[in-house]
Amino acid sequence: MAQHQVNYASAAGLPIALTTVDHLVNWGRSNSLWPLTYGLACCAIEMMASGASRYDFDRMGTIFRASPRQADVMILAGTLSKKHAEFARRLYDQMTEPKWVISMGSCANTGGMFNTYATVQGVDRIVPVDIYLPGCAPRPETLQYAMMMLQKKIRRESANMKKNTKQNLRLV
Amino acid sequence: MQQPNKLTPFFENLNFERDDNTMVINFGPQHPSAHGQLRLVLELDGEQVVKAYPDIGYLHRGIEKMAENMTYNEFLPTTDRLDYIAATSNNYAYALAVEKLLGIEAPRRAQVIRTMLLEINRIISHLFFIATHALDVGAMSVFLYAFREREFGMDLMEDYCGARLTHSAVRIGGVPLDLPEGFIENLIAWCDKVDHEVKNTYEALLTENRIWKMRLEDVGVISGEDALNWGCTGPMLRGSNVKYDIRKEEPYELYGELDFDIPVSDRCDSYGRYMLYMQEIYQSTRILRQLVPMYKESSPELMAHAPQYISAPKEEIMTQNYALMQHFVLVTQGMRPPKGEVYVPTESPKGELGFYIKSEGEPYAYRLKCRAPSFFHTGLLQDILVGTYIADVVTIIGSTNIVFGEVDR
Amino acid sequence: MRKYTPKDNVQAKSYYTDRYWVAPRVPRAAVEEGTHFADVVKTMAHFAKESYIEIGTLVIHIDAKENFEAIKTLKEQCGYTQCSEQSAVDYLAQDGEFELFYQFLNVNEAKRVRIVCRIKQGEAIESIVPLFNSANFAEREMFDMFGIKVNNHPFLKRIIMPDDWEGHPLLKTYPLHGDEFASWYEVDKIFGKEYRDIIGPENRDPARIDRYDTKRFSRVGYEVPFGADISEGEKEQPIEYSETLLVDYNKDSGKQLDHRK
Repeated sequence: MAQHQVNYASAAGLPIALTTVDHLVNWGRSNSLWPLTYGLACCAIEMMASGASRYDFDRMGTIFRASPRQADVMILAGTLSKKHAEFARRLYDQMTEPKWVISMGSCANTGGMFNTYATVQGVDRIVPVDIYLPGCAPRPETLQYAMMMLQKKIRRESANMKKNTKQNLRLV
Repeated sequence: MQQPNKLTPFFENLNFERDDNTMVINFGPQHPSAHGQLRLVLELDGEQVVKAYPDIGYLHRGIEKMAENMTYNEFLPTTDRLDYIAATSNNYAYALAVEKLLGIEAPRRAQVIRTMLLEINRIISHLFFIATHALDVGAMSVFLYAFREREFGMDLMEDYCGARLTHSAVRIGGVPLDLPEGFIENLIAWCDKVDHEVKNTYEALLTENRIWKMRLEDVGVISGEDALNWGCTGPMLRGSNVKYDIRKEEPYELYGELDFDIPVSDRCDSYGRYMLYMQEIYQSTRILRQLVPMYKESSPELMAHAPQYISAPKEEIMTQNYALMQHFVLVTQGMRPPKGEVYVPTESPKGELGFYIKSEGEPYAYRLKCRAPSFFHTGLLQDILVGTYIADVVTIIGSTNIVFGEVDR
Repeated sequence: MRKYTPKDNVQAKSYYTDRYWVAPRVPRAAVEEGTHFADVVKTMAHFAKESYIEIGTLVIHIDAKENFEAIKTLKEQCGYTQCSEQSAVDYLAQDGEFELFYQFLNVNEAKRVRIVCRIKQGEAIESIVPLFNSANFAEREMFDMFGIKVNNHPFLKRIIMPDDWEGHPLLKTYPLHGDEFASWYEVDKIFGKEYRDIIGPENRDPARIDRYDTKRFSRVGYEVPFGADISEGEKEQPIEYSETLLVDYNKDSGKQLDHRK
């Protein structure tokens, strides 16, 4: 039996690629990020434009899903009003782990120009945010760049779910 | 009132569990076909809607309150975010209301540029309508085609003002910039392209399409009398055989001089409204073509001359003392229009967009009310949805063409 | 001494107004004989307290108690078949009254009329929904924004703000940034009141800088590693410039060669 032993450390010529589980899992996760279509306001139009013909989000493995159960990343595109806040949190809770959040546009980041009684002053009061995307409204290129930064971030972190689960963050 | 907590969330005392055959379903506020943040509570008997209750306010941002706390010029960029699909039409409606209050008129070239921008925005908005409406009904490819042409229109807007979506391309008293180099040629090329594509792609794909006709014909029927009673304007009203277009009946800007038709449909259903939108795109390109020679004949002033209200051109501010002083006062304190109230209607792509402004002679508006067409079209849903099937609900929402930025303000 | 701010109107005020400046008024024209508006005024003479033309619109002031009859006359006898807008203006601070306006359109004549009436605080107005369905949403919005009760409205309920909201946002006494209730609304609703301390108050200052937050703010001249705890005060680390690379300021963590290999 010993004569058929394969030396895995130097697998020249064999159809084997060596990697860590972290890399493999993160490769899969980062290249099929399915966002939840969460269009709230003006930024939603730019989000649609980035999914449409000219900007073509699909080539990055990003396919918009209508259900939170099938989504990995929530793009909060637009102003989050106080009336809507509980629904945003509920949808976030319904997404399966691992999940990420992109806050798109000034309104979602900080409340933006709508410094009034009716707007949530930054969605990070409600859900933990991974990427803040500035602009009013951000161009589709910016959203694509944010997606690429999120991919970078996912590739960097450990694939161990327990470690980077959002439960560790201060918002339970 | 029920006391909400984490375990029993607050649902407006709706009883979702019924003993009889009816079922209550909740549609939205986050639904891909809800055109934003519409929440509908539908009571169903089988597949038929017995009662519809539109719940709005999920995008309420306090824009009218902001208007009371901002000077007139400060508020202008906020109007972009009302109907964000055609931002310039909001800027224009607001600027026109303030101009009427001040009693000034924009110079000829500014009027030409404004009319041009308004019509470009109308086409962009109508293309967006056909894209999302078709997507909701199930024709995915139309969405991709329509967004292609829309992007070229956005390029034109970007060429003029630098922004794709939130333009702020109109100022009170005129426009900030002249048209950039090569704009006219691009505009004409785009008009040809839009005409060609609408005729040969969208209409070819949809107008005689069997499925499209089955989904749209006799869906969302509203009579002319009802349309007036429910406050419908724009294509919703003209789709019900009432020929009323503010551009024609109460002409503002250059619409009195331009030659265009008002398409009307007597079908009163979603299909008629779809045909109407297509026809309006042709009329808009026709207007744009007429504006090109008008632009070339006009003299180059861009802002009205009213030193009390409007800053002088930048060159004068930089060289002349008095212009600089005026500019400083207007920027730090804001303009003070005379006391009075004004309501100015304009024909935005969705319908009658009007601003009611009550001025008490202060730099801040005492009250500003935005009369948004979509607000009343949403109110109509509680009437028009009753008796239809659940599959048609999405078609009807699509054909009312509501945008939640201006519904909730 | 603290500066006096009036409590009955907390909206923005001009920081300077010339003592001798008197605001002019938009000219009001009388209704000319023989026009369409003259007919309207004649028909409405029974109700009208005052009527004039202001910027192309006929304005008729009526008594608030007669609003239903007056609007019915306007609809049935003058052909004003669309109610485009209906809302209120808050004059509580000056007169203790609300000014209500109704904007009407005559499609055949392409003319617009505005009916204006005033009601005292706490009074209710008669609904015009039996005449114009478009007033359904408009009156609900007015109730939501001003707290004006509408009699005989089919479904008078908050429309834009949530049902459990406190206060009426467009009143002049309501501040732009909202009151205490508004500022904690979403936290109370989602997490509960006990989470107020953890999440902290809203940041309403667009120019806020937190010097101890090393994740979101940078300090020129006193740069520290990302996410470092500097509540004790940061170490002074002057910027070192390199022509090619950014300098790693955290020298302690770097590998140091003690001797030549």
